[in-house]
Amino acid sequence: MDLKLRIWRQASPNVPGAMVEYDMPDVSEDMSFLEMLDILNERLVARGEEPVAFDHDCREGICGSCGVMINGRPHGPQRGTATCQLHMRQFKTGDVIEIEPWRAAAFPVVKDLVVNRSAFDRIVEAGGYISVNTGAAPEANLVPVPKPVADAAFEAAACIGCGACVAACPNGAAQLFTAAKLAHLNLLPQGQVERWERTEAMVGRMEEFFGSCTLHGECEAACPKEISIDFISLMNRDYIKSKFKNRKLLSQTK
Amino acid sequence: MTLSTPGTPRNPGLNARVPAGVLEEKWDHHKFEMKLVAPHNRRRFEVIVVGTGLAGAAAAATLGELGYRVKAFTFHDSPRRAHSIAAQGGINAAKNYRGDGDSIYRLFYDTVKGGDFRSREANVYRLAELSVQIIDHCVAQGVPFAREYGGLLDNRSFGGAQVSRTFYARGQTGQQLLLGAYQALARQIEAGTVELHPRSEMLDLVVKDGRAVGIVVRDLHTGAVTSHSAHAVVLATGGYSNVFFLSTNAMACNATAIWRAYRKGAAFANPCFTQIHPTCIPASDEFQSKLTLMSESLRNDGRIWVPAEFEDSRPPGEIPDSERDYFLERRYPAFGNLVPRDVASRAAKTEVDRSRGVGPLRNGVYLDFTGAISRFGADVIEERYGNLFEMYERITGENPYQVPMRIYPAPHYTMGGLWVDYNLMSTIPGLFVAGEANFSDHGANRLGASALMQGLADGYFILPYTVPDYLAAFLGEAVVPTDDPAFTEAEAGVRQGTAELMARRGTRSVDHFHRELGRIMWDNCGMARSREGLEKALSEIPALRSEYQKDLRLLGDAEGLNQSLERAGRVTDFFELAELMCTDALRREESCGGHFRVEHQTEDGEARRDDDRFAHVAAWRFAGQGAPPEVSVEPLEFDHVHLAQRSYR
Repeated sequence: MDLKLRIWRQASPNVPGAMVEYDMPDVSEDMSFLEMLDILNERLVARGEEPVAFDHDCREGICGSCGVMINGRPHGPQRGTATCQLHMRQFKTGDVIEIEPWRAAAFPVVKDLVVNRSAFDRIVEAGGYISVNTGAAPEANLVPVPKPVADAAFEAAACIGCGACVAACPNGAAQLFTAAKLAHLNLLPQGQVERWERTEAMVGRMEEFFGSCTLHGECEAACPKEISIDFISLMNRDYIKSKFKNRKLLSQTK
Repeated sequence: MTLSTPGTPRNPGLNARVPAGVLEEKWDHHKFEMKLVAPHNRRRFEVIVVGTGLAGAAAAATLGELGYRVKAFTFHDSPRRAHSIAAQGGINAAKNYRGDGDSIYRLFYDTVKGGDFRSREANVYRLAELSVQIIDHCVAQGVPFAREYGGLLDNRSFGGAQVSRTFYARGQTGQQLLLGAYQALARQIEAGTVELHPRSEMLDLVVKDGRAVGIVVRDLHTGAVTSHSAHAVVLATGGYSNVFFLSTNAMACNATAIWRAYRKGAAFANPCFTQIHPTCIPASDEFQSKLTLMSESLRNDGRIWVPAEFEDSRPPGEIPDSERDYFLERRYPAFGNLVPRDVASRAAKTEVDRSRGVGPLRNGVYLDFTGAISRFGADVIEERYGNLFEMYERITGENPYQVPMRIYPAPHYTMGGLWVDYNLMSTIPGLFVAGEANFSDHGANRLGASALMQGLADGYFILPYTVPDYLAAFLGEAVVPTDDPAFTEAEAGVRQGTAELMARRGTRSVDHFHRELGRIMWDNCGMARSREGLEKALSEIPALRSEYQKDLRLLGDAEGLNQSLERAGRVTDFFELAELMCTDALRREESCGGHFRVEHQTEDGEARRDDDRFAHVAAWRFAGQGAPPEVSVEPLEFDHVHLAQRSYR
């Protein structure tokens, strides 16, 4: 198929960028979207133009490195699919495809389609863990975890940290990312001890970088792992509770 | 059980330092013998960890917890992107939760046998021993492993084993384990014990007075080249399957860190031991940038077959059962579809080579779930493999619930790597190597679900003992300052290397050369190797490299993000590594595990080892640019596992 691409080109963080148009003939429908960009880059190099910088690595939809706005949608038109897993059979000849970096103040552009998402790491550093030192763990089967609990924690933990949720949000909020990490740990019995402090600390850190959630729900629609917005409700509930929780009574379950 | 004798090195300079004593007690005994650093003194030591995958993140986090000052480096934007994240199927541990006859000894035995008797017994036993602690630790960290309805941990089977010992988190076990390690690392970053350097690629190891004292890195965003010193350096930088260009590895996986350490004197062991994974999605066209793995766990419920007729073009649904050849079940009735990876890969290649391949390019075999779906229901299969089935459909446009998957082998893992002793220290004192980057525990073939186990054993439970044992002798000594000539010379070398690459204004892209190199390697140093092919590769690689030096075109500049420049540096190292792999493959006149020399096979086409001549580790050392590398050997002794022709019949 023959396509027209309009791609955001920006040489470095502090210079202005612009959309640049490229003709892209002879695209096979079996190619992945990133393989299409690979071919574009090969053609650019052959013409003596600098290739388009974009982040990518595993190309299996799990590392979370890739992600661009495709016609205004994070990761493009296919639901539950990261950019690297999107294939060109989703497009047809004559299509114009606009490709931009993530749109979010907290993710500044580094070059072309590459952005800096390290604010996500700062949120996890604030408390996205269970504090257990190596060697201190009890026997694994000592604490049974009900299967529905383990499954729900897994669903939340499936987040790949790509940033599509933030890019999709009109407020540039990171609620879905933060809520997913909180739900993963706050649902499990192992995560209970630090639950309230974790929630306050991670939400606080999130707010240093990102906008506020007004429950548009765009994040859920954009998430390549289809992580449920329900986790945001869980986070909000825990956040409110954390504010009046008497932590000295934590071991009292009744 | 016999007592093994203390290992006297037969080859000076390659002392594996395996502790004396009974196999089962070696590690405990060794832990007692090793030197300690008192808690109040730990802040006085600095350790560099390069790579933040399972091994690197686990090591950095644990050393940080202990109180050492750690600097962690990754070329990714976040530690969580390391390629460990993509491991699908699971992690082995000898918990014997199923009561089906598993034990530490059996896991040890299976691993040595699965590796075709080319690994060190003492290391493998320690690995099996530590496997149970890994599961305990990961569960405590909140890794959401699959569970049964009673709330206890679930297990499944993997190739090369007749017990169910694999713990898993759907098809995303690597992701969940890496997130556990990443979160432990994040905790230490917040605590200030670990300093994280993302987007920083190690481009040289700094050695002074024979010891590793630091590294030189390039900031991938700004292009700045900086030096970092420490009392010890840990490399946990993964494997080198991308030498084949097309592999299941992530696009950026590379050998640069270990290769530059090799050039600084670290021995490289068994470079020809590479694993070709049997269940990958076959290549569909020439533009393909990488191959996608379908987890080995699928072989639990999927049956592998080809049409019995040659060049049969009927769709799979129209081929009756009687006209199908379930070739693994036929050839290996005892293990069936769960034979080890090397055996399964070669069997698939045999079928495709004799024109029984399937799919539009006739380059695959079927992996069929029809039986499992009718036995358990589609919902159970979806719960077990849902994400893999979806991934398959996205890539191929075919629905594997209705049409059998097509699979074919692809480069996946490298058992070879930097040589390390029992303490995971390389031949350069102070340089430790962990995870896939070292050569250690998998011999000539790695069993499924053992890579995660090894990475975490190295990172969480071995290095935190062995690194302090090394450090203890340097109490009170400052690190070598980064204005020392050892650093400034290394930095100058890195700058010069970058400038030389940027000066190449030829006509062809980095990927063009990488693809060509990969083709040479796949054809001649892939699943089947011959003297003739390897010699051909050894003449073609230098020819291609000299073209690469003349005709590479690099655009942009080095003072900022330049992804082509990054790739060019890595491909430069792949060229040199490729030659070493072929040299090693040529020298190893036997077939073992993933190393299959067509000259050395049994009448049924199985690998034929030569234990008299090759029951050893071949460790290569750099002897100067252009000079042939020097080989030395570490003999392998088998006191517990009986050396035998592997049989999975």
